[in-house]
Amino acid sequence: MNEATLTYYPSRDFKANARAALADSNLRASFRGAMDFLMGKRAAQFPDAHELAELRKLGEAIRQKSLAKLPELLEQLEAKLTENGVTVHWAETTEEANAIVHGLIAAKGGKLAVKGKSMVSEETELNHYLEARGMTAIESDMGEYIVQLAGEKPSHIIMPAIHKTRADIARLFSEHIPGTPYTEDVDALIQIGRQALRQMYVSADVGISGVNFAIAETGTLCLVENEGNGRMCTTVPDMHIAITGIEKVIEKLSDVVPLYSLLTRSATGQPVTTYFNMISGPRRPGEKDGPREVHLVLLDNGRSQAYSDEQLRKTLQCIRCGACMNHCPVYTRIGGHAYGTVYPGPIGEIISPHMLGLENTVDLPTASSLCGACGEVCPVKIPIPEMLMRLREESVRDPHEKVAHPLRGQGAGVDKEVKLAWRLWTGLYSKPGYYRLFGWAATRLRGLTPRHQLGWTQNHVPMKPAPKTLHELMRERRKETGR
Amino acid sequence: MSQKRPPADVYFFGTCLIDVFQPQAGLDAVTLIEREGVRVHYPDAQSCCGQPAYTSGEVAAARRVARAQLDLFPEAWPIVVPSGSCAGMMKHHWPTLFAGTPDEARAKEVAGRIVEFADFLLNTLDWQPTDLGQPLTLAVHTSCSARREMNTHVNGWALIDRLANVKRVVHEREAECCGFGGVFSVRHPDIAGAMVADKAAALKDSGAAQFVTADCGCMMNINGKLAKDGDTFAGEHLATFLLKRTGGAA
Amino acid sequence: MSARENILTKLRAAPRSAPPAPDVAAYYAGTPKLTGLAALKHWAALMRAVRTEVLWVRESDWPRTLAEQVAARGIRTLLLAPSTAHGARAAAALAELAEPPLRLGFDQTIDGWKATLFNEVDAAFTRVRAGIALTGSLIAWPDEHEPRTMSLVPPIHFALFDTRTLYPDFFSAMSAENWAAGMPTNALLISGPSKTSDIQQTVAYGAHGPRELVVLAVLPDEIDLAELEADA
Repeated sequence: MNEATLTYYPSRDFKANARAALADSNLRASFRGAMDFLMGKRAAQFPDAHELAELRKLGEAIRQKSLAKLPELLEQLEAKLTENGVTVHWAETTEEANAIVHGLIAAKGGKLAVKGKSMVSEETELNHYLEARGMTAIESDMGEYIVQLAGEKPSHIIMPAIHKTRADIARLFSEHIPGTPYTEDVDALIQIGRQALRQMYVSADVGISGVNFAIAETGTLCLVENEGNGRMCTTVPDMHIAITGIEKVIEKLSDVVPLYSLLTRSATGQPVTTYFNMISGPRRPGEKDGPREVHLVLLDNGRSQAYSDEQLRKTLQCIRCGACMNHCPVYTRIGGHAYGTVYPGPIGEIISPHMLGLENTVDLPTASSLCGACGEVCPVKIPIPEMLMRLREESVRDPHEKVAHPLRGQGAGVDKEVKLAWRLWTGLYSKPGYYRLFGWAATRLRGLTPRHQLGWTQNHVPMKPAPKTLHELMRERRKETGR
Repeated sequence: MSQKRPPADVYFFGTCLIDVFQPQAGLDAVTLIEREGVRVHYPDAQSCCGQPAYTSGEVAAARRVARAQLDLFPEAWPIVVPSGSCAGMMKHHWPTLFAGTPDEARAKEVAGRIVEFADFLLNTLDWQPTDLGQPLTLAVHTSCSARREMNTHVNGWALIDRLANVKRVVHEREAECCGFGGVFSVRHPDIAGAMVADKAAALKDSGAAQFVTADCGCMMNINGKLAKDGDTFAGEHLATFLLKRTGGAA
Repeated sequence: MSARENILTKLRAAPRSAPPAPDVAAYYAGTPKLTGLAALKHWAALMRAVRTEVLWVRESDWPRTLAEQVAARGIRTLLLAPSTAHGARAAAALAELAEPPLRLGFDQTIDGWKATLFNEVDAAFTRVRAGIALTGSLIAWPDEHEPRTMSLVPPIHFALFDTRTLYPDFFSAMSAENWAAGMPTNALLISGPSKTSDIQQTVAYGAHGPRELVVLAVLPDEIDLAELEADA
């Protein structure tokens, strides 16, 4: 892919990105329509509120248990996978992970990698890394393929090309795939993509995939998909490299049953996906296909920071269904790219600060009205609004304050004027005498209410105090009623 | 309906927004409660539950302001709060806010007595109104806190459904946030503006003559937007509306 | 220190408390279970909802049905496993056709004939291990006779499914068969032909894997076909 056309939106420009996205009426209509569709599909999968409540409780308990035993389970997973013939690699940083993957491909003399969907490889910008070293990485998930052709990044973790209309895709295919006529017929477009990609599976030296669940008990990597490209990438090339975050491990094989059900129903409103692919090792003697080598790269990239704090650890319960973004009134309006991070929406707001530091993501935890829709639908009950408030707290904490587990970028959101305003507010609102005086003055001086009030008057008439406060009205009432 | 014996006395926590910007809504809530034979006590030293600071990450500031409210409710009476989000803050977040401090037990005790206004009117007082108003079509916006933290949105609906001449209509995406979110609306005015524009349009498109809400923040947000656009469609606080419909001088 | 040691050291240093243990078995013991005719109907309805062709057959006549389906589709090259009993029966029935398809076995490793497999094989016939009623799924454990790619690469997949192995749900299947004691290199749930909704949420079939999934669902004699398809 052409590096120059790669569209990258740093999350530091969140507000400007959001403004641009809001002004794009086609984009807004695309997201609104898509999110309404996905919300409806999810709701139809959970007709029984009691069943949903019980299943979410179970999902939460499984994820919390897995995290409580995380170091032990990672060791067990490694031992079991090794026994099964899978090589396990560990990476603290995205650079380390990329170097491991590159080294494995280079050792085979490989050039072409075909990729199944992997958000972790988006985190590490693996494609870029490989391409800069003379290799080619082709995305094979239809949505990812579209986004790669366009030189963009996914705008949703489950539906990467959700921001694209079929006309956009028709144009993209006719321009980039040789011999392709312009067509807006979805079936025809998918068949064009299918033909282009099937040849890649045949020629690829290596298949790269993500992992949805890694089972410690049996040493099994589970992949959830509809298209079959994940199976292709993990079956056809001679080497399979899976890359995943350290939090994806679960203890028991049976733990995967409720989590898989929660995932497909929450994500796309399907009772089940077309394929649930459970890989427990490379081709064994006598078997005629499957990769001869299977590798797993376990990536930290800030996850251990979230892990170090018992409250923030809940962030790692996530099974990446995307329901939080589908239900988020902010995401629905600005789309995924505005966040400037690999993971957008509510989950992105709470995981990105650990990956990139609060100094690079300072607006993200504030980009929520705390309406709670995300927490309400989260299949593993991550209290996302609580996480957001905690990150806001860390963001305005004195950068020099010593705390048990300092977050990267502690204090990045400190603003002297805002701090002063809160000090004044605290002084007024914690002292009844001052507060009553303030209320009296504000109501008496209501004629002097400023016409411009920070961001408020951009959308509203100015806030104007009433002629008298409730305190005064209640005092008058007491005089009248004698109580 | 639960037929709890109504208490003889309650405290009323008016909230800071109502105090300065919408005192009539507070007064109307008090009138409605007293009309049911309950004495309402309004601690004069009250100010704010601390929510604006709490949701801004200014936890110490929130604690100081909330701490100043803790001593105001010495009797074991219920504490009625005419705003879903403030009630949610006091009921669900005060115990966390004071966890590990000497005030923890007291905060929990006070939190246990917090009851949102609509919840109180419906479930404790079993309010049985006689609707004196003209036939009216009404839309309801429920604050997210009331809906998701307090689960009290159904109470507002139930109260309105007891008014014989009021037809309650559901607006598009009724469960969606209006975009207030306290400092969110000031910090991210572009996004919040898009949200409130959609909410205002949905309420208008519902065919209702007006809307009501039991949360002052949402009301100021939606009304402020409608007024900025020069719209005559507007909403009022649930308490004001209920009082008007039942012959109260609002 | 290695990345491994660094990561594990950081994780071990974090405060940890034991959360309540989940009881997956108890949860599934408490969920309603589809059985008998209801299970079959539910399974078929879900499979058909994602464009799977479900054909009810008997043990005695499935090879004939397979042959008819192959003929109707004009399939010229079909991959099957003649070394298995069901593969041999299928091959024999196909040989009887007026225009019999080329019947290939997967008798060398994939490495030598990837391009042929991808470009020249129209269909494959395999047997699946079991089914799941609740989600409308098939369970496949590919092996040396019927490797992984047979159910993946050819555009049409014919699956032979003994409906006596229909489990109410995934949990029942893995517990009854004690999967935790030893997993194959690859185990699969297959619920329909491959599909995607990546273009404007519009479902399109035949994304990368099979465009068609045809299930020959073998019914025991005691199940009445009319009853099964009644108000389906």
